[in-house]
Amino acid sequence: MADKKPLPAVDFLKIPESGEPYLEGHQCKSCGAVFLGERTVCSKCGTRDQMAAKRLSTRGALYVYSIVHRSFPGVEVPYISAVVDLEGGGTVKGNLIGIDPDPEKIRLGMPVDVVFKDALGRKDREGNAYLSYFFQPRKA
Amino acid sequence: MSDVYVVGVDMIKFMKAGTGPAVQKLGAQAALMALDDAGLKIQQMEALYCGNLYQANAMVGQRILQEIGQTGIPVVNTSNACATGATAFREAWMAVKAGVYDLVLAVGVEQMSAGLLGGGGGAKGIPKEGLLGSATMPAVFAEAGMEHARKYGTTFEQFAKVSVKNHHHSTMNPKAMYQIETPLEQVMNAEMIAYPNTKLMCSVNVDGSAAAVLASEKKAKELGLMKRAVRVKASVLTSDPWQERDLVMPDVNTCTRNAAKKAYEMAGVGAKDLNLVELHDCFATAEILHYENLGLCGDGEAGKLIDEGAVALGGRIPVNVSGGLLSKGHPLGATGIANIYEVSTHLRGEAGKRQVPNARLGLTHVIGLGSACAIHVLERVA
Repeated sequence: MADKKPLPAVDFLKIPESGEPYLEGHQCKSCGAVFLGERTVCSKCGTRDQMAAKRLSTRGALYVYSIVHRSFPGVEVPYISAVVDLEGGGTVKGNLIGIDPDPEKIRLGMPVDVVFKDALGRKDREGNAYLSYFFQPRKA
Repeated sequence: MSDVYVVGVDMIKFMKAGTGPAVQKLGAQAALMALDDAGLKIQQMEALYCGNLYQANAMVGQRILQEIGQTGIPVVNTSNACATGATAFREAWMAVKAGVYDLVLAVGVEQMSAGLLGGGGGAKGIPKEGLLGSATMPAVFAEAGMEHARKYGTTFEQFAKVSVKNHHHSTMNPKAMYQIETPLEQVMNAEMIAYPNTKLMCSVNVDGSAAAVLASEKKAKELGLMKRAVRVKASVLTSDPWQERDLVMPDVNTCTRNAAKKAYEMAGVGAKDLNLVELHDCFATAEILHYENLGLCGDGEAGKLIDEGAVALGGRIPVNVSGGLLSKGHPLGATGIANIYEVSTHLRGEAGKRQVPNARLGLTHVIGLGSACAIHVLERVA
């Protein structure tokens, strides 16, 4: 069991046989809109069957955040819920780690990297481990 | 096409979530109060439009008729997140506007439970809350507020002032859930739920109901109800157009801006003509956004508007004099009609201590996240 490959926490996280995990978007060839997850129709322009998979960047900038102090039972708080714009298109939401949950320290617009780690130890009913993505401040 | 009038409207006093009677009895209370307000009977109603979210599959409108009079009229049950009640009211308005009926009833009702809304997640795989950020409503609206802070430098204190104001207003509203003053330090030092929203900056989950009787001009005159009638000058519903971030960050701004533009056109008025506004303050952060979205001030001026007290009772454009969702309470499916009750009550000059003097024109606004925006512009007749 120990060396069993983890499952992706979300469908748009891809774990290739070899190489690094990455986030996958789908881009409309007609208008350029980027979506998370597979689809056949573009909800921006309505064009059908013009979606192409696109490997999303691991570099981005913090758009907005909230520091969550109250959540559901079993969810460790506080943590930072963050919305990140990725370079080259795509906006993703996730946890911002590697920085204190303090509004004095978090800067809107700060550069962040997408990193891939175990999904906080969460497992499904069958005991499978999961790989998730996180954001962390980019080291200068 | 005939103008459409509110000829009867009322709401129950909102109560702590989970303490109300069964949903049909809760809705029946407001329905009977609105009929009494108009001096009419259920036998005169030609259709019922019922807004309820949590029992959307359970024929709540028909069950209300089973409580107050099973006359066999058509019933439409609506569900549209927090725009549910306003959507029921709008369906009623459209039917009269189209000339199908002359006299109809709209009811909004909700039984709530305490605690966080949103963030339930899917059944597949592992829970995502706290792993991929937060989908709870306080966090989602905190992030929406931070977008405003990012653009215009809006501060935690400015967001908090919204709660101070709305709680103050509710001390004059006997139908509000709470009638307590909450000074700025108390709001800012309350338990932090999702920065920058503290507990006192989150709407209150309550049980509640509200109802309205709508009539065509011909019927309102025939019944001698024009004296206290309120004219529906505009009724608009929008959904959220595509935005680049809306997969992860629901956009409550564009649908509101689009709805406001249409509503002002339909009513033939501008934001400057309004005497009062009841807008969707589900969180203190949200109210700030909607000052600009509704055109109550220019873009980037919302912080100044709250600082100067322009949106408080006695100010240039009082907002949420009912106490708003923050203190009056937010029974999701009832909220859109409760707002119409509030504005109508001011237009009738019957709002007591919190009366906006000489109110002639008011606006109601709700947002259903996901998203729906409903706006109504109401005008005093007599």
